[in-house]
Amino acid sequence: MNTDSMPFPSFASDPCSSFYQFLTTQRPELLPMARWGTLPSQQGSNELSLSNRLPPWPHGTTVLAFTYQNGVLIAGDRRATEGFQIAATRMDKVFQTDAFSAMAIAGAAGPCVEMAKLFRIELEHYEKLDGKPLTCEGKANRLGDMVKANFPLVLQGLVVIPLFVGYDQKREIGRLFKYDITGGRYEDTEFHAVGSGGKDARMTLKEHFRQHLPEDQAIHLAIRALINAAEEDVGTGGPDLLRRIFPTVKLVDPDGVRDVEDTQLASVCQALISQQRKS
Amino acid sequence: MAMPFYVSPEQMMQDRAEYAKKGIAKGRSIIAMEYDQGVLLVADNPSTSLFKISEVYDCIALSGAGRYSEFENLRKAGIQHADVKGMMYSREDVTARSLANGYSQILGTIFSQEMKPYEVELLLAQVGETPEGNELYRITFDGSIIDERNFTAIGGRSEPILTFLRKETSDTCPSLKTALQLCQQAFEQSADTRSGLDGLEVALLDRTRSGRKFRRVGTPQASELLS
Repeated sequence: MNTDSMPFPSFASDPCSSFYQFLTTQRPELLPMARWGTLPSQQGSNELSLSNRLPPWPHGTTVLAFTYQNGVLIAGDRRATEGFQIAATRMDKVFQTDAFSAMAIAGAAGPCVEMAKLFRIELEHYEKLDGKPLTCEGKANRLGDMVKANFPLVLQGLVVIPLFVGYDQKREIGRLFKYDITGGRYEDTEFHAVGSGGKDARMTLKEHFRQHLPEDQAIHLAIRALINAAEEDVGTGGPDLLRRIFPTVKLVDPDGVRDVEDTQLASVCQALISQQRKS
Repeated sequence: MAMPFYVSPEQMMQDRAEYAKKGIAKGRSIIAMEYDQGVLLVADNPSTSLFKISEVYDCIALSGAGRYSEFENLRKAGIQHADVKGMMYSREDVTARSLANGYSQILGTIFSQEMKPYEVELLLAQVGETPEGNELYRITFDGSIIDERNFTAIGGRSEPILTFLRKETSDTCPSLKTALQLCQQAFEQSADTRSGLDGLEVALLDRTRSGRKFRRVGTPQASELLS
């Protein structure tokens, strides 16, 4: 099919408002999962995973999310690693996916970014076709489906683990979902962190998390957890005051998704670091 | 063997065109008008849940007059096309011009090859970063594209509406309030019964928004704009 020609409408192959389903049925060659997934079988070496034969590729590391007073906060560090090398120091792993939701990903950087992009289109596509956005629950389920479809790649070492947060306008709460590599979806009412420094970030969150934290304290906690993870884990990048690289922090509340400004992050980082300084 | 009756191609096309025109003449009208910060779309639509104006992509909106099922098919195809294109290239590469071409292809093929032509007329609007970058396209049932400036209208009563607008609009780009007033008056002029904003569907492509420019304006918000 010519890529620029418009598809003829057809009811028989109606993909029910899902862009992902549309691609699967009509344009499977465009699916990133499908393209990477066919690599080894074509070369006839199923036993060897990609990671044994190829040089390392970038991995995104620590991301976390927790609920706070107005909704839910999602944050991530900025480092991507490639084996023992640092691949990127300014990578964004936290993505706004629509007006009231955001996701963050840990894992193989390429497929991660690709999945976030596809998921954003998926939500927009549904909203445009159906005339109203998906519910928070519906969005979380769609993401679970996409993680599930990624499973063949997991076997080759291309792991993608997302965190999904959204503001549920019907229930008027911020909600947080975590996923496993098989696409299993689990809702958490408090906090979660994934990635190489995820465990360390979780320890900090476990110690200091309280329900209904006010906004400034929530930002404080997010940065503190990321700094602690960066201290324990080589894959996680701490705030870099010299080059002014700060973690990404997004807040999802009744007004939508918004970024915490760098200036505010800088002062929080500064305060936390000076607390640790031995006088 | 029975011979089919000979019908000249001219006659056949004329019959089809008449059939399509008759269908569209029953369709309620839609106006698109450029204002200083974007494009305003107003549709005569008594339903509050079935929309005639739809978002297609970041800066592009589509509306259609005529048979609902056929419009819905075209709308869906356009959104799928735009999303695929935006994913393959980049979001800025999705343009109203390429969509208009696609629609023209579909409608043209259906008009000349299918038993029954589509009884729809489409209006495609794109807001640019500057007022000069705005694009308005009208695509008729046989696939011809008409590139418009400032304002345009489609549907059964498009003629009286256009006559009214040509007379009333000035050369300068109107404000949103003036544009909405003009559209409302145009609808009032062409119909005899209705007045006010009831039964009008209003949507904007607002240049000042970041990302997706499309926004629906409910009746309460619209009356607030007019007051």
